[in-house]
Amino acid sequence: MKLVTEKRELTTKWFRFFAPIVSILVALFVAGFLLLAAGVNPLQAYLEIVQESLGSLYGISETLVKTTPLIFASLGVSLAFRMQIWNIGAEGQIYMGACGATAVALFSGFENPALMITAMFFAAFLSGGLWAGVAGLLRARWQVNEVIVTLLMNYIAILGVDYLIYGPWKDPKGFNFPLTAQFSDAARLTEYFDTRLHSGFFLALFCALLLYLFMERTVWGYEIKVIGSNPKAARYAGMNTGMAIFCVLFLSGAIAGIAGFGEVAGLQHRLQHGISPGYGYTAIIIAWLARRSALGVVIVSFLMGILLVGGDSLQLTWQLPVAFVYAFQGLILFFLLASDFFINNRLKLVRGERHA
Amino acid sequence: MTNLLQIKNIRKTFPGVVALDDISLSIAPGEIHTLLGENGAGKSTLMNVLTGLYRPERGEILFDGTPVQFRSPRESLELGIGMVHQHFMLVSAHTVFENILLALNKVPNFYSRRKYRQQVQQILDQFNLDFELDTPVWKLSIGAQQWIELIKLLVRDCRLLILDEPTAVLTPQESARLFEVLIRLRDEGKSILFISHKMREVMEISDRVTVLKKGRSLITLSRGEYNENKLASLMIGEDQIPEWQKSFRTSQELALEIKNLSVRNDRGLADLDNFTMKIHRGQILGIAGVAGNGQKALAEVLTGLKEASSGRIMAGLRDITNSSARGSYIAGIAHIPEDRKSIGIAPDMTVDDNLIMKNFSSPSFRRGIFQDRGAIRRNAAEKIDQFAIKAGPTGNPIRYLSGGNIQKVIIARELSENPAVLVALYPTRGLDIGSAEYVHKVIADGASKGMSTILISEDLDELLKLSDEIVVMFRGRLAGSVDPETATREEIGLLMSGEVQT
Repeated sequence: MKLVTEKRELTTKWFRFFAPIVSILVALFVAGFLLLAAGVNPLQAYLEIVQESLGSLYGISETLVKTTPLIFASLGVSLAFRMQIWNIGAEGQIYMGACGATAVALFSGFENPALMITAMFFAAFLSGGLWAGVAGLLRARWQVNEVIVTLLMNYIAILGVDYLIYGPWKDPKGFNFPLTAQFSDAARLTEYFDTRLHSGFFLALFCALLLYLFMERTVWGYEIKVIGSNPKAARYAGMNTGMAIFCVLFLSGAIAGIAGFGEVAGLQHRLQHGISPGYGYTAIIIAWLARRSALGVVIVSFLMGILLVGGDSLQLTWQLPVAFVYAFQGLILFFLLASDFFINNRLKLVRGERHA
Repeated sequence: MTNLLQIKNIRKTFPGVVALDDISLSIAPGEIHTLLGENGAGKSTLMNVLTGLYRPERGEILFDGTPVQFRSPRESLELGIGMVHQHFMLVSAHTVFENILLALNKVPNFYSRRKYRQQVQQILDQFNLDFELDTPVWKLSIGAQQWIELIKLLVRDCRLLILDEPTAVLTPQESARLFEVLIRLRDEGKSILFISHKMREVMEISDRVTVLKKGRSLITLSRGEYNENKLASLMIGEDQIPEWQKSFRTSQELALEIKNLSVRNDRGLADLDNFTMKIHRGQILGIAGVAGNGQKALAEVLTGLKEASSGRIMAGLRDITNSSARGSYIAGIAHIPEDRKSIGIAPDMTVDDNLIMKNFSSPSFRRGIFQDRGAIRRNAAEKIDQFAIKAGPTGNPIRYLSGGNIQKVIIARELSENPAVLVALYPTRGLDIGSAEYVHKVIADGASKGMSTILISEDLDELLKLSDEIVVMFRGRLAGSVDPETATREEIGLLMSGEVQT
């Protein structure tokens, strides 16, 4: 008896649609053993995740608060992925975006809220974009691998922000904590229902819609898809692929940068250490789960938001380390990648001797 | 006599397409059996079934009288069915010997080089082939690489050899050499399944011919029962092959003039070396030569994909050598690329999207920054109808189309803007007679409307039939130029091999 793999010739839409869901279920199952090992009843823990994140107005608002930066970062990442450009640097771009927005908030002196918020938005957009644009330029001009550049620039961005908040930007009245002074009221996004939910969430939804239209309906989106599908053919059709690579990485970083803007203007109201607890890395998983579709990103970001909020409460009630949440994310990605294999192949048990 | 291979009522479908409907075929030991059919007739699918890439849904394959089922190419290879693919499967950085070694049934962990070298050398000697075994494969000509593919199968002692259009990349002389070897192999009892579109070869070499049409095996004829006309009409299903009338009126006006043009490749070697030629308005200039003698570089420099290192390209009185000056001009050059799948299409995108790849930004396909999906669909419907493209359901990614239909999509797209110059590389390579005939007609129609065509081809029949003038390239240089009215195939063949220069 022998186990053989065999190419599936027909893969239905149905199958593609359910593969991510099944991957998540399998990841839940395997993560259950991790919970058991930590002495926690997995069913109870999962129930608590759902209750904490969706069971109350406060829970839902917190989930949406976490969903917001995830949507921005994942949109940026998935845009680049569409062109087969692997932007691993959303984390750094979030930090740069936050940094740009903070610079405007602290030093511009604008008093008109609309002017202030707009200026902060564009500062974040530009900072994130230029940060990723460096990788874009290197890739387009000298074929430097963008994975390495974007990844390593994360560390530069995070440590650069640390330098500012431990040094020149540190709040003199902050009891020596590594954070900047609080923003003025003009530099804060509107909050709703007495919760932390801010207008950045709706901006994220709008952004997703915009990006969907951009990819599926515009001439530029068409160009990006051609380049992603076959760069040689794109060059042959007269497209300037180098320029497109730069622009897409710029835009990808810029959108991730808006996540940083949302965090400082909507939530923290200051720049501080650890402004993003790895949203930029989670975004890679989300972009992949969503199969790089802008609307899929919104749904998957929401699911990840549930996990983050639920994970926080697990830390409180069961003293589980935050590493559990990361392990769970890793498991999802792992099973998702594995499911790609099963979408294209099937396993078959062969009995006895084969003719051959 | 028992058949070596017998195929009975094979059926294979893909989503929305019946690729093989009902195929039956038998191959006796020691025969050369030719498979003939238009594109989309199912030849490639059948090959993929025989080599274990696809599994048929119905039907039976008997090898040596025993029913077999292949789950992978390896299983069919283990039985002794070997194939020389159109695209070679060689490791180009490795030497000839290392590549052959890879073909062995079990590559030994610690192989005794000497023993295998002797074995390989023996086969080379047997067929009077002369290869330096330690040359890396990338240094060899395409023709030589094909020999290595064949030797790999001989080393494995395959009993059924499948050759997919093996002469596409050979000079007439090299083809003749290949046929000698194939006939010897047959006489030694090997079975050969031969796929070709060139009638001349089919007539010359086949013991039996099976004609495929729309996924069915139409008929099998033995030598003597067929002639060129009969096969062609069976294939395309018409009784009469359209007679060809050359009626081009070439104007004296120069369309392009290339003066002492040189182009270097990535390794710094000259792909084009001091190349000079002229083409007039409405002229069809044929370029003959064995693939890899600078044709591709010529096409790429003309279409702006490569830069010239010296020399000049003139369009009328304008110097367009420099690509920035060429920009606007290049827009008027249509290009049918050599490698249609790797540079001609975006495989994951739909046929509709692929049809506008060259002019996607034209105002007729957009409303402001948005694409006009309606106009794009209408354009596609029109082209699909006009060029008889079998595109499958709307929204189908183009990679599901057969090679011939992909080529039609490219040609439809390239000719849609009434280009001044068409650079066509091997435009009918791998196309069936019907489609090839259609491509010829399109090129000739274009010429009569004043389009100048640079037709790069390895098919001498095609060049002789279409061209007003034929120039021959050898190692990036002009080896000579002949008048198609008076030239003989031998004359051109000698120029192609670089043995003579006019």
